[in-house]
Amino acid sequence: MTELIELSAVEQAALIREKKISSVELLEATLAQVEKVDGRSGSLEPYVEQPEDLEKVHAFLLIVRDHAMAKAKEVDRKIAAGEPVGALAGVPYSAKDVYCTKGIRTTAASRILEGWKPPYSSTVIEKMDQADAVLFGKVNLDEFTFGGTTETTAFKPTVRNPWALDRVPGGSSGGSAAAVSACEGAISLGTDTGGSIREPAAFTGIVGLKPTYGRVSRYGVIPFASSMDTMGPLTRTVSDSAFVLKEIAGFDPRDNTTVRVPVDDYLADLQKGIKGLRIGISPDYLKITYLDDQGNYASAPVDPEIEASVWKAADLFRDLGAEIIEDVPMSNTKYSVPAYFVISRIEAYSNLQRFDGLKYGHTTQQSVKDMYDLYYKSRGEGFGYQAKLRLLTGMFASQEKFYEKYYRRAQRARALMRRDFDEAFNPQGKYRIDAILTPSTPSPAFRFGDAVASDSLLIQFADQFTTPMNFAGTPGISFPCGLSSSGLPIGLQITGYDYCESKILRAAFAYEQATLDADWRKIKPVVLR
Amino acid sequence: MTQEYIATIGLETHIQLNTNTKAFCSCKADSWGDAPNTNICPICTGQPGALPSTNQAMVEKALMLCLAMNSDINMDSFFDRKNYLYADLPGGYQVTQNDRSIGRGGYFDFLMDDGREVRCHIHNLHMEEDAGKTKNEGNIRLIDMNRCGVPLVEMVTMPDLHSADEAATYLTRLRQLLRWLGISEANMEKAHLRCDANVSIAPKGSTELGKKCEIKNINSIEAVRMAINYEIERQIREINAGNKIEQWTIEWDNDTQELRKMRSKETAADYRYFREPNLMPVHISEEFLESIKNKMPELPIQRRERFISEMGLPSYDATVLTADRDTSDFFEAVCNIYDGDNKRVSNWMMNEVLRITNETGCAVSELKITAQDLADIIHMVDQKTINTTTGKNLVDMVQSSGKRPQLLVEEHGLGLVSDDSAIRAMCTKIVSDNPKEAASYRNGKESLIGWFVGQVMREMRGKADPEKAKAILLELLKTD
Repeated sequence: MTELIELSAVEQAALIREKKISSVELLEATLAQVEKVDGRSGSLEPYVEQPEDLEKVHAFLLIVRDHAMAKAKEVDRKIAAGEPVGALAGVPYSAKDVYCTKGIRTTAASRILEGWKPPYSSTVIEKMDQADAVLFGKVNLDEFTFGGTTETTAFKPTVRNPWALDRVPGGSSGGSAAAVSACEGAISLGTDTGGSIREPAAFTGIVGLKPTYGRVSRYGVIPFASSMDTMGPLTRTVSDSAFVLKEIAGFDPRDNTTVRVPVDDYLADLQKGIKGLRIGISPDYLKITYLDDQGNYASAPVDPEIEASVWKAADLFRDLGAEIIEDVPMSNTKYSVPAYFVISRIEAYSNLQRFDGLKYGHTTQQSVKDMYDLYYKSRGEGFGYQAKLRLLTGMFASQEKFYEKYYRRAQRARALMRRDFDEAFNPQGKYRIDAILTPSTPSPAFRFGDAVASDSLLIQFADQFTTPMNFAGTPGISFPCGLSSSGLPIGLQITGYDYCESKILRAAFAYEQATLDADWRKIKPVVLR
Repeated sequence: MTQEYIATIGLETHIQLNTNTKAFCSCKADSWGDAPNTNICPICTGQPGALPSTNQAMVEKALMLCLAMNSDINMDSFFDRKNYLYADLPGGYQVTQNDRSIGRGGYFDFLMDDGREVRCHIHNLHMEEDAGKTKNEGNIRLIDMNRCGVPLVEMVTMPDLHSADEAATYLTRLRQLLRWLGISEANMEKAHLRCDANVSIAPKGSTELGKKCEIKNINSIEAVRMAINYEIERQIREINAGNKIEQWTIEWDNDTQELRKMRSKETAADYRYFREPNLMPVHISEEFLESIKNKMPELPIQRRERFISEMGLPSYDATVLTADRDTSDFFEAVCNIYDGDNKRVSNWMMNEVLRITNETGCAVSELKITAQDLADIIHMVDQKTINTTTGKNLVDMVQSSGKRPQLLVEEHGLGLVSDDSAIRAMCTKIVSDNPKEAASYRNGKESLIGWFVGQVMREMRGKADPEKAKAILLELLKTD
């Protein structure tokens, strides 16, 4: 059984298609793994920590066994009958609980949506269904994706990092990352607004792909910041991300921001290799830039082990035939955290206004004076601390009198970050690069509580290397490159130009293939040992 | 000596576009008569994760209005979010256009009833979605989301109007234009056309405007006239009493026909506008603009001018015959077929066709009588196949039966008898039956000829050609 759950989605799909295993069999194996490592699911009930909670992953909020079993049986029937099936036929997957699933509880990890069952599925869930993948569960996340540790979820216990149970799995797609890392399914769908796929992928030693904005439909995914939200897979192998992207990408008439750019055959393209690929390295992605007490820009180095892994990877890429271009300036990267603060919170505040306790979700049981009192009490009870913080800061920053000071300046910073990408990737420009290699995060996974308690710059600026791609709209992939001296996974990021997912997947794949026999790859997360 | 005041009025109109589907989803847009909350979907009810998609028909109709208003077109305009919390706004924000709307500036020329032309400048035109309806029943608040997401154009004028009459006429002409363009039903009672009025007064000759008050919720053209007049009178009273005008928002109560103060000096709401990230900018290509320009009909004010200058109609006729596009098109079609005196066609249109539309409440396009029918009837009268009275009756007969006029003339034997012998026989009979009158005539009372013609016509039930009968009678009465 263990072998089945450790296989990649590509391998699982092949076995099912060749009738070597059934979809039901694979689903049972996957559910058994969840049973074994996941522990109790996050819930809204008052949380009292039990000793056994500390030993489990807690990635899942909901397991939809019956739903999954029906789909798996349908796939098995089709295959037995020789009927055509989708590319992902029979492969179990989970989805971050912001993907609306028709008739299946969707929570955004918030009490405010208590009891809500969407009357529709998101486009991506529909596409996965058309590809005959088997949705078996919904996974935990930071409430409304607001966070980078999954600790802000209203559903406790929170998710633990399968590599170090006293550490966060990253976030906001922490449930997705932990589930895939702990072999609870080969695929989980996540979302990335400022690094929410790539950071948890890095923290849990897996692959996380944030596609180009507009490549994958956002329809039916509960938004955080609509101008930056992207949907993508978290998987254990690069091929699996390529495999899933092919199925979920494409124009969607229900999402005006999707485009009619043809979808590449990402999986087949992996074989093209990286000879001649121009990979840039930017000094601006090897340090944290922040404002010091005097209001001047200051910088701090990233974790030395992480910087070392970037240079090591560069050597490897060079050996594989790529050209490494050093010193590519991405000088506006320093604006990413403050600009992200403003834009993401203003959009988030506005997106949260629909949760009024009237139409769906949590309604206060207290007596109310009038409509506004109903809003006040329902929202007061329904939103968690982080959601309230973002609402308030978003409302503050969006005031008309601050429009120039905050929103407009942040938009200008956004344009500058975009320009960094345009210049670096310009095929007639000075650098003409195809991809940039960066650390995914300035440090490996941190301990529970550190995101708010620690004043470590590396934690406070954990998303400095991932948010620029959300601003620019460009794709990025995080892939594992080894373990730190304390045994924590380290991730590298390859980012490319608009709709160049194929190139960055190829680069990550080349790295993966070249390091298949590396010692660190033989080490499993603690929950699998 | 009493001070004279001049009123200054600006209007904000909300125009419901008559698209089939809503602004950002595929729900039916017009819910008139439908049960509450039946034309709704995840998008227009603000379900989590649902996304809007721009309805191109809305853009097209808004663009037509921009062109009709001589506005500058923004080839790239943006949708913004106007954020506020209210139960009938399910998303928590209204999708609208704030700082870069589809149309900027422009003007609307219209004629007052006395023929005076007024030019009202337009500040801007923007597209937006409507909110739902709130109904209070006791202390229960009922929300109908059918109207959520219905496409509107908000058009704001400059303060160019100076009387209630001008404001009312502006709305009448705007309504005419909207229907003419086919972009809105423009029915104020059904709230397809809504109007808020900003009213201020200033001493005559003053270059500064007075403090304005906004009247909201005015739901008919007559109410606009009344509400503005009342407000002007109120402001004059206040000033004459030595008071200052305060910036109020006033509500028109249609039941009591009164103005009611809603709130004083508006604590300007902060709507925290920002770009709606879910929608791409509205891009209007040169080709698209050209295609819409080509689709634009001749506007009523231009057509009225042409009816006068090229078709020789009196200005009264031209006004009546351009009141709506149907009537106007019908009239022109009749003129083209008839190919004669346009004024003669105009008379038939105004006296007969519009009489029927007034009586039945039908639009001209809904009538059974066609332009060809009317042209044929006028021709038959001209050629004396029938007389005028028969012609008029024939218009009604065509309308009620839907049969062609020629067929009806045949079926009912309505044609004039031009057969000399039949008329001559009747004339002979009348002369011999009335020897006394014949004698009087011969003794010089020649005016009796009319009486004789009348007798013949009566006996022949109007089918005789009266000219012919008269000639025969003159001959008979002379020779004996």
